[in-house]
Amino acid sequence: MQSGGCNYLATRYLHIMETRRDVFWAIADPTRRAILLLLASQAMTPNALAEEFSSSRQAVSKHIQILTECELVKHEQKGREIYYHVNPKKIDEIDKWVGKFKKVFEAQFAQLDDVLRTLKKQRR
Amino acid sequence: MKNNSPVDLTIDKTSKTVHVIKEFKAERSLVWDAFTKQEILDKWWAPKPYVSKTKAMDFKVGGRRFYAMVSPEGQETWQVQQYTSITPKTNFKYFSAFADKDETLQLPGSNWDLTFTEHNGITKVSIAITNDSLERLEKMIEMGFKEGFTMTLNSLDDMLESR
Repeated sequence: MQSGGCNYLATRYLHIMETRRDVFWAIADPTRRAILLLLASQAMTPNALAEEFSSSRQAVSKHIQILTECELVKHEQKGREIYYHVNPKKIDEIDKWVGKFKKVFEAQFAQLDDVLRTLKKQRR
Repeated sequence: MKNNSPVDLTIDKTSKTVHVIKEFKAERSLVWDAFTKQEILDKWWAPKPYVSKTKAMDFKVGGRRFYAMVSPEGQETWQVQQYTSITPKTNFKYFSAFADKDETLQLPGSNWDLTFTEHNGITKVSIAITNDSLERLEKMIEMGFKEGFTMTLNSLDDMLESR
């Protein structure tokens, strides 16, 4: 049996993990976006990735870890090396989400385009 | 031919800001009127099939617009926009929040900053929407999601009808 206090801590911990795994928080960082762009063109080893950045290896490795936690990046063992690559499914999710939000503005503004056309005719 | 220019939208979760840019083929004074006059606003503000219904509007600093987005089933979602800054035909800012029908605000809300620029008869509107909290941003997006989904279904209807 778990005590109430334990449950509370477990919930808090889960909440923190949830926040950490948030995709949008992950891509808010410019270095992580750069990593994603690099990996979008080819799978890379942690060493090859780190060489692309002026920041320390540990810092780059921390960013990779965050991207992996968010499932934006997946890794694969090939012989002795680990290769990182982007997870297209997760990237699609971002696209779709932003796209749906954008649709509201598109609908609104398409209506405004129509209204402006009518107003322009009336003013002539 | 319609040929409307596209909507440019970016979300910055760090600063909790949504940036929206859109160009309109009309002079600045006309676009300004469309954003600041009640009778024009109600013609386009709500994405179909929703209807925008402004109950009260006083476009001046300290004034507000109190309006509802009405769904096809008649369900009203009330919102209030409180004007905080107005530079005629150039920029205006307001604080926006959801409300109940008695105008009691549901905080947190978001701050809207709209800038109008004209070049060769094309007016560019740049909107920055900053949210008090990430939750609020999520709620805004969720609303958009819902309406976006309804619209998708409607356009599907149109497409099927035209066959």
